[in-house]
Amino acid sequence: MYSCSDLKKGLKIMIDGEPHVIAQYDFTKPGKGQALYKCKLRNMITGSLFDRTYRSGESFEPAHLEEREMQYLYQDDSGYVFMDKKSYEQITLTEETLETEKYFLVDNMDVEILMHGDRGIGISLPNFVNLRVIQTDPWVKGDTAAGNNKPATVETGYTLAVPSFVEEGTLIQIDTRSREYATRVKE
Amino acid sequence: MEQNWQLARKRKTIEHRARILHQIRAFFVEQGFIEVETPARIPVNAPELHIDAIPSDGWYLQTSPELCMKRLLAAGYDNIFQICHCWRAAERGPNHLPEYTMLEWYRRDCDYQQLMSDCEELISSLVEHETLTWQGQEIDMTRPWPRLTVQQAFLQHSSTSLSQITDANFFSELISNEIEPALPPNKPLFLIDYPTLQGSLARRKTEDPGFVERVELYIAGLELANGFSELTDAAEQRQRFVKEEIQRQESGKPPCPLPEKYIDELETLTNATGIALGIDRLVMLLCNQPTIDEVVCFTPEQL
Repeated sequence: MYSCSDLKKGLKIMIDGEPHVIAQYDFTKPGKGQALYKCKLRNMITGSLFDRTYRSGESFEPAHLEEREMQYLYQDDSGYVFMDKKSYEQITLTEETLETEKYFLVDNMDVEILMHGDRGIGISLPNFVNLRVIQTDPWVKGDTAAGNNKPATVETGYTLAVPSFVEEGTLIQIDTRSREYATRVKE
Repeated sequence: MEQNWQLARKRKTIEHRARILHQIRAFFVEQGFIEVETPARIPVNAPELHIDAIPSDGWYLQTSPELCMKRLLAAGYDNIFQICHCWRAAERGPNHLPEYTMLEWYRRDCDYQQLMSDCEELISSLVEHETLTWQGQEIDMTRPWPRLTVQQAFLQHSSTSLSQITDANFFSELISNEIEPALPPNKPLFLIDYPTLQGSLARRKTEDPGFVERVELYIAGLELANGFSELTDAAEQRQRFVKEEIQRQESGKPPCPLPEKYIDELETLTNATGIALGIDRLVMLLCNQPTIDEVVCFTPEQL
C-alpha cells in the first residue's frame, strides 16, 4: 500500500477497482494545520479527469497493470503506433493517452505499454532518452559561466532549459522523470 | 562526465540567497539583537497535532528552535534571533522541504504588533523597489501592510461562520481551501487573531479570550511567517500541551513526553513575543523562483 507521502505526479493507484494516474499533484499545509494532498487524477480506462484531496493517514492500493514490452514505430493520424516485440501485434495509443510523454518517444525505442485487456492505456518510459536539439540560440563567445542557460527545442517539439554551450544539432540526454536536461551525449 | 548543470544553473540564486542571509543578520545586529545558536537535536519538541519530528538516536531533530529560544528569553536575554535548519517529517511540495531554513526572532516587553512592524521593516529592507514581481504577480510593498482578523476573513471569504467551527482540522481545511485562495495577491497581508483552538503557544487576547494574539504573514499567497504574543502562563501551557498530546495519540501517533524544563522556566517569563519566518520561501519571493527546489543547493531527491 502507498501512504500520502508516496503520492506524486505519475503514481498509479486503484480507486473503486479502476487504475488511475496522478496527473497533477500539490501539497499544502496551512500554518499549524493538517497537510492536504491535492491531486488531479485521470481514470486510465475512461480518460476522465477529476480533483481529489487526501489527508494524512489515508492509504492507496498500487495499480498493478500488465506491462508489455513494445517498440515505438511511428506516428500517424490515429495516434502513436507500437509493436509487441514477441507477437509483432501492433497497437495505437492516442495523443490524449500519452499526454506529454509523447515528447520522449524516439523511433524504434523500447518502452513498456500498460495494458487493460488488449487496450494500451499508458506507457512507462525509460528514465533517460536521447533527443537532438533542433532549435536554440547560438553560443555567445565569452559566455563561459557554467550555470547559464537558455531554451532549446528538441526534435519531438519539447522545449526545455539547457546550458548555454548546447548548440543546434547537439544530442542531449533528458531525464524523463524530471523532464530536465541531464547531459550531452558523446557521438 | 559533464559538470552537474542542475547544480551549476542555480548559482545566481544561491549567490542572491547568501546576500539575503547576510542582510538579515545585519538588520537584526543593527537593532541590538543577539544571534544565538541552540541545538538542532533535542530531547523533545512542543507537541503539535500536525507537525511530526524526525527521530534521531532517541531524541528528535528540532521542528523549530522555539523551546530553547524561549528558555533563553526567560533567562533574561531580551532580543534574540537565530537562523537554523528545522526538520518536519513527510513535508514535501512546491513550497515544502522536510529540511528547511528558519529565521526566528524574539523580543521581551512587547507583543505581536511589534512583530508585524519588524516584518514590514525587515522585508522592505531586502526589496529594492516598492513593487516586487513574483511569477508574474506584481506586489505592492508600500507600508503599512493590511491586517485582517481571522474573523473578518471568514465573514468575507467563507460560507461557514467561524463560531460554528469546533474542529481544528475543519478550520485548517477552510483556511487552505477558502481563505488563502481569496487573500489579495497584490499586497502583503497579516492574518491575525486566531481562535484559541489554533492557539498552540500564543497568548489569549485580554478583551476577547476566545481568540489568541497570533499572526501569519502572507505574500502573494505564500505563507511566510507565523508568530505570537507568547503564552507565559505555565499552567495553561501545560494544559494545551496535554490536550495536543492526547489528540496526537488519538490519531495514532507515538506518545511523546512533554518539554518539562520549558514549562517550568516559562514561569519566569512575562510579556514576550516571537515569530518564525521561512527563509527558503522568502528567497523564492525575492529571487522570483517558482518552487522551493530552485532556492536550495540540494533537494532530498538530488542527494
